[in-house]
Order: sequence, then C-alpha cells, then structure tokens
Amino acid sequence: MATVIIPTPLRKFTNNTAKLNIEAGNVEEALLDLSTNFPDLKKHLVDEQGEIRSFLNIFVGDDDIRDLALGKTPLSQETVVSIVPAIAGGLA
Amino acid sequence: MASYQDITFSKAELARYDRHIIIPDFGLAAQQKLKAAKVLVIGSGGLGSPLLLYLAAAGVGTIGIVEFDVVDDSNLQRQVLFGKNDVGRAKARAAKSRLQALNPHIKIQLHNTRLTSENALQIVKKYDVVADGTDNFPTRYLVNDACVLLGKTNVYASIFQFDGQVSVFNYRDADGVLGPNYRDLYPTPPPPGLVPSCAEGGVLGVLPGIVGSMQANEVIKVITGVGTPLSGRLFLFDALNFETRTFNIKRRADNPLNGENPSITQLIDYEFFCGLKNPDEKPVKEITVETFLKWQALGEPYQLIDVREPNEYETANIGGLLLPLGTVTEHADQLRRDVKVVVHCRSGVRSAKAIRALEAQYGLDNLYNLKGGILAYQEQAQEV
Repeated sequence: MATVIIPTPLRKFTNNTAKLNIEAGNVEEALLDLSTNFPDLKKHLVDEQGEIRSFLNIFVGDDDIRDLALGKTPLSQETVVSIVPAIAGGLA
Repeated sequence: MASYQDITFSKAELARYDRHIIIPDFGLAAQQKLKAAKVLVIGSGGLGSPLLLYLAAAGVGTIGIVEFDVVDDSNLQRQVLFGKNDVGRAKARAAKSRLQALNPHIKIQLHNTRLTSENALQIVKKYDVVADGTDNFPTRYLVNDACVLLGKTNVYASIFQFDGQVSVFNYRDADGVLGPNYRDLYPTPPPPGLVPSCAEGGVLGVLPGIVGSMQANEVIKVITGVGTPLSGRLFLFDALNFETRTFNIKRRADNPLNGENPSITQLIDYEFFCGLKNPDEKPVKEITVETFLKWQALGEPYQLIDVREPNEYETANIGGLLLPLGTVTEHADQLRRDVKVVVHCRSGVRSAKAIRALEAQYGLDNLYNLKGGILAYQEQAQEV
C-alpha cells in the first residue's frame, strides 16, 4: 500500500482528498486504481494513448519516475507517490 | 556582471547593509556582488511584490521590471508593493516609486511592456539573472527559452491556490555543470481549460508572499555564490497542510532547447505552443517594428492603416489612416493596391483579424501585420 499525494488542482476529482492509500505494485497500477475509483481524474492523469500527461510529473519518494522505471517503478508499503502538475500562477 | 571587487559603498550604504556584511559567510564581497548585479524581475504582482521589495532592500544594484499591467483593487490582497493610492497607476511606475523610496542607492529600469517573442531576447540579455513571477504558461515557456538561449539563470516560482513551486533553472555551477530548465521538468503545458488560472482558481494572499520571498532568497544565493542554489531540485509548498517536499529533477536528453538534438534555436510562438491560438486560423504576413522602421528610413513606399478605435487614435498614433476594425472591410477601397500596406492596432490581434477579413473578402495579398502593434512600436522608439 503506497500513499499517493494529490495536488490541490486535482483534489476536486478525489472528493477533496489530499492523500490516498492505494494497493499497487507499481506506478502504472496506482494510476489505474486512481482512474477506476475517480473516473473524472483519469483524463488529467493520462492522455488518450494512456501515456502520463507531459505537464504532470510523478515522483516516487524524491525522484522523478522518468529517472526510475517510469510506470513500472515499484511501490512498497512506505512509498510516497507525489503527483505534481505544472502551475503557472503568479501575479494574476 | 561588472567586476565586483571594484564596487565601493558610501557610508550610508555601509550602514544600511551592515547586517549582511557582518554575516561571516556573506561579508563585504557578497554585498559587492549584489551591487554589481543586474536582475530582471518579470511580473510585479503577487510574486514580484516580495521579490522586488527584498531584492531592493538587499541592495541589488540594478533591478529591471517587466510589467504592462495597471494596479487594480483586487491586487491589493497580495501585491504588497502597492497601496490604495496606486490603484489605476501603471504597476511598473508605482513599483519604481515604492522601491526607490525603500532604497535610493539602486537603479530601477522599467520595461513597461508585455514580454513577447519579439522583445524578450533584447530585454533579457541586459541582465545577469532573471526571476520569473509571471502568471501564465506562454510567458513561462518564453522566459525559460529566452534564458536558455542566452545562458541566463532563471529563478522560478509559481503558485496556485495553496500550492507553491520554486526552482532554479539553467544554473551553471562552479564546476561549469549546467542544471535543468523548465522544459526538462514540464515538456509541454497543459491544454487550455484543463488547469484553471489564478483568475479562476484564486490564490491565498500570503502564499505569493512566502513563495516570492523564497525566490528572492535564491536570486541572492545565485548572485553571491553563498550556499547551494535550488538547481536540479523542485521545492513544493502546501500552505494548507504546511507540508514541504523537495524533489530531484534532471536534464533530459529530449529537451528541444538544449538536449541531445535541439530543435528550438530561436523563440517561437508561445500562444500557439500553449494551444491558445486556433490552429485553423491562417497565419497572416507580418513585419517587425524593426523592419518597419527600416522601410521608413529607406523611403520604401508603404501605406499604414490603424484599425483601433478613434479614442485610442486620439491618445496616441503613429500617423496611420484610421479605419476601425468594425468597419474596415467597408472601406477597403481606401487601401492602396500598388504598395505594401502595413496594418496595426494596439498589440497586433485586431490588425490580424482585419487582415484575415480583408484577404478573405477582397483577396488582397499586400497586407502586413505590424507585430506587437503600436505598443511594440513605442517600445522600440523609446529604445532608439
């Protein structure tokens, strides 16, 4: 069971839940689980081809999954997965 | 950066910066580096307010401000650089008076304009370090790309509702190793509508104060070489739960700017890149202000059409024939066919519409949009 941290802009799709405990062996499975439980969240996580959106970074622990094993990056009990989208706000 | 060892301080300055100078790891040398430095702050709003106040107070010798906006009542909840009396004033000018009152020993250079692909390199190249406090994706990518193309460090911060992000991009460390930039972190922006802007999503007023102050801290570290800048790391702050996280980020081989096979060698159309322009809209022929000025100097024959409204024309014009956008197609007979016709408006959007309409209805092929409109023209004229 890994802990997934949902960023503020996406919390409206997870009933305002910031942290979710997910039973998943790797990142791909965790995303699938999220998409199944929160269908509206899916299009914000992956594109039509099922690829992780490029304005979204997923970190396992402190590291970008692009530097690990992408979707196959294994998750353990204590792993914290952070979803970090691009945000642009500043002066508006 | 000018040679900092030659920098001297007046008695008043030494007294002002005393609490910096007496820090053992900072000292006079770091203060000299600050005074020698030129920092460009893009946006003087929520993030720009603390950034500018602290950079000015810290004694950064030259601070440039890029800002085209006007102070609005709804800004004052977080933009602590401004007061009630500034409402309605140009932010750049209001910022300058506040900062000069805070520290008369520094230079403030105003760029009262929108940062565009046309002017970004010209503006950015005059500075040593850039601090990006803008509020939209096209400008984020524009600032990033300009910094990478010019080899400038880009101190980045961004906020949304209760979340803040800080990083230092395109930083070359003491060993000459270059850090990642924004495109390594986020190769492409979210499509419009998928992520709300601050204007829709709102922002807790104190958040840019916290995050912009961290940004100022990184600017000072980059300039002085004191400490370890936040390069190769992304800092996240969740104000709601008071949680901070710092992630490792790396350069990527597929970065189109400075990866293994760079495909972007100059600034692009960032509105288009961010999906804010309808791809079906046919591009119109454009000329830059620079080319236009060349035509004028060389006596190249042309006709200039201004498609703004009469009140705008009255405020300022550059001698064009006034044919407002709404009725321009009805007056197509006044357009010359024997010479190039340059069409302009305030920033280039309305004139592009006018050209599309005229081309569609009359098949004209001698129409050129003045890129950046009268704003770009005035900016260029100021520089010349």
